[in-house]
Amino acid sequence: MGLKKMLVGLLGSVIAIGGFLEVATADLKFPMLVYRTGAYAPNGIPNADGFVDYYKMINARDGGIGGEKIVFPECETGYKTQVGVECYEKHKENAMVFQPMSTGITYQLIPKASADGVTVYSTGYGRTSAKNGKVFKWIFNAPATYWDGASIAVRHILKQNMGNIKGKKIALVYHNSAYGKEPIRTLQVLAKKHGYKLMLLPVDHPGQEQKATWLKIRKQRPNYVLMWGWGVMNQVAIKQASSIKFPMENFIGIWWSGSENDVMPAGAGAHGYKALTFNAPGDDYQVHKDIKKYVHDKGQASGDGSHFGTVLYNRGLFQAMVQVEAARVAQKIHGTSKITPAMYRDGMENVDLNAKRMEELGFKNFAPPFKNTCENHGGSGLAAVQQWDAKAKKWNMITEYMYGDSEVVDKLIAEDSTKYAKEQKIAMRCN
Amino acid sequence: MSVELLNFIETVINGLMSGIMYSLVALGFVLIFKASGVFNFAQGVFALFAALTLVGFQTGQVPFSHLINELFGTNFHNWYPSLHSFFAIILTIITMIVLAWLIEKLVLKHLVNQEPIILFMATIGLAFVLEGVGDLMWGSDVKVLDVGIPSGGSVWLENTTIGWASEGSEYYGMYIDVLNVWATIIAVILVTALALFSQYTKTGRALRAVADDHQAALSVGISLRSIWVLVWAISGFIAMVAGIMWGTESGVQFSLSLIALKALPVLILGGFTSIPGAIIGGLLIGLGEKLAEIYIGGLLDIGAIENWFAYFMALVFLLFRPQGLFGDKIIERV
Repeated sequence: MGLKKMLVGLLGSVIAIGGFLEVATADLKFPMLVYRTGAYAPNGIPNADGFVDYYKMINARDGGIGGEKIVFPECETGYKTQVGVECYEKHKENAMVFQPMSTGITYQLIPKASADGVTVYSTGYGRTSAKNGKVFKWIFNAPATYWDGASIAVRHILKQNMGNIKGKKIALVYHNSAYGKEPIRTLQVLAKKHGYKLMLLPVDHPGQEQKATWLKIRKQRPNYVLMWGWGVMNQVAIKQASSIKFPMENFIGIWWSGSENDVMPAGAGAHGYKALTFNAPGDDYQVHKDIKKYVHDKGQASGDGSHFGTVLYNRGLFQAMVQVEAARVAQKIHGTSKITPAMYRDGMENVDLNAKRMEELGFKNFAPPFKNTCENHGGSGLAAVQQWDAKAKKWNMITEYMYGDSEVVDKLIAEDSTKYAKEQKIAMRCN
Repeated sequence: MSVELLNFIETVINGLMSGIMYSLVALGFVLIFKASGVFNFAQGVFALFAALTLVGFQTGQVPFSHLINELFGTNFHNWYPSLHSFFAIILTIITMIVLAWLIEKLVLKHLVNQEPIILFMATIGLAFVLEGVGDLMWGSDVKVLDVGIPSGGSVWLENTTIGWASEGSEYYGMYIDVLNVWATIIAVILVTALALFSQYTKTGRALRAVADDHQAALSVGISLRSIWVLVWAISGFIAMVAGIMWGTESGVQFSLSLIALKALPVLILGGFTSIPGAIIGGLLIGLGEKLAEIYIGGLLDIGAIENWFAYFMALVFLLFRPQGLFGDKIIERV
């Protein structure tokens, strides 16, 4: 037998054994769509590291979920929608849940995953009206949606102006993609309700050059700027805002525009910039202590461990925790540790992360409590405002967690989801 | 003056200055294309790699530290706390020269006399390899780059021009980013230095000879390989300058490699073989896209048109003057 044949045989055996091992140990498969390369990697890496460290900790500390180990194969999407869909197709077999980490990918997966019977969890992103569990059986977006975010930002502005923002100008600087366009509808309705003027300023991918956008802002002098940005767009926008001396305390980003990465390049100029958040920064929580003990101290940290406690790392922890909790709930509901994707969905729909449960999980005061139900897949809708302190180089929470404008948001969600249900001929559930 | 006119002047100046930033990237493309006929797809990644290396030297980061720590269970991250920007720039220049030498040795040498499309494909491969190596060497975090170049709006200009508007009108003064002013000064110095180098030095004349005719240059004893190393090194130096300017603006991160896309319409307009063309092309593209974004976009109430408008301008230009403003005229003899 020639060397070539031997090598081919050896390679075949390795692949076969690898495949066997994956099947044999794939007790609970949580595929990860990540972007550790490309233009959005600086955001994608800390978030993915949070997921991986949490899963590793659960496997090491608890022996998995109900005795079943978590496997979490990564698939690199580069934040590209088409690649994300390919990753889904590759890993959907026996997958418990997909976290697309991109609104564009989420939109593509909604009909596919619904047909395949796979849960999609887009934590605080994706299609807002997926909050309506009556229509979107397989899709979850708790704890808050972009429409919650938009109305919470406006509520914050209202509070600063004694409840009257009539005649004020609010600009939305947004990533010119499905993600960035998501809050426009809500902001338009809120503009009618409160009498402010809305300026829409799209920024094309990746957002490296925004001079014209900020010249427009400088000329038209909006009172407030809201930002739905991601990746380099955030850093350039914050730098440009500081450069034109826009008052940073009037510049508010969504929760994906409020990480340390976004503000550091602008240095002192970023001082006072605000962003919404539904999870706390910092590394002084029980979950961090457990991760340190069971993962980092054993030299198994994802990456170099340098993102530990950052905003996006912590968000990854939170997202992973909800996914793991959903599996636990599913095991309890169905009385078996060997749950199927359909059973997992039931678990996600019955997740109840109240304050006591959060504390048990090591997340005391880390995020506001929330509960999913058959009708509500979007959680509590609570978010707070955090502000960047450039001197101390840290985010400070400056408000309590607050609700958005449910009067506006709920109506829009009902309209949009009903329209989708009609288009897709989906029968309403939860009756 | 009316506020509208002042705003128009502000847009024109800012457009021209943005154009200079594009020209800095385009210059690297032109140099390599002129000397070797290679369209270097990796020029944007060169800028990224140079900027990553510069920050790495500034902060004393150990190259490949993630890999080393993963393999050997060590905890190396930094050699030293910090290094003065001047020395970091010198070390980066040396790195870019070594990189140019490696590219010639490992890639170009083996592709002499191949079709231009093969060389182009090789540079695509080079771009991805270099991006991956850069990631392994320095990590993917957003890095703050500060070599002491001031940035932010010019207070002096704002205060000087605030009174230029007609009385009673609401005007806040003219805005120019000081970083762009510095980019303009540096671009002028770079182009002057390149012109003097190619005009008055022996190596510069050899470079021009190679650019004019490879075969003829070879026949009079000019070493094609040395010239290629030199050109790629100079282009690496220009990439470093572009990387510093763009990196100061946005932080050093992997999206920096996409600035190459900003250079393409500049090259189409200015021509692939002309250094003044790269500058004029950059100015025209910068001006055109900013005017389009603010005035056409404002008129039609749409935004984000500047990216595609630059290519639209290039396309229209291509129809009438395919060789670009200053490019060599295409003459086909039967």
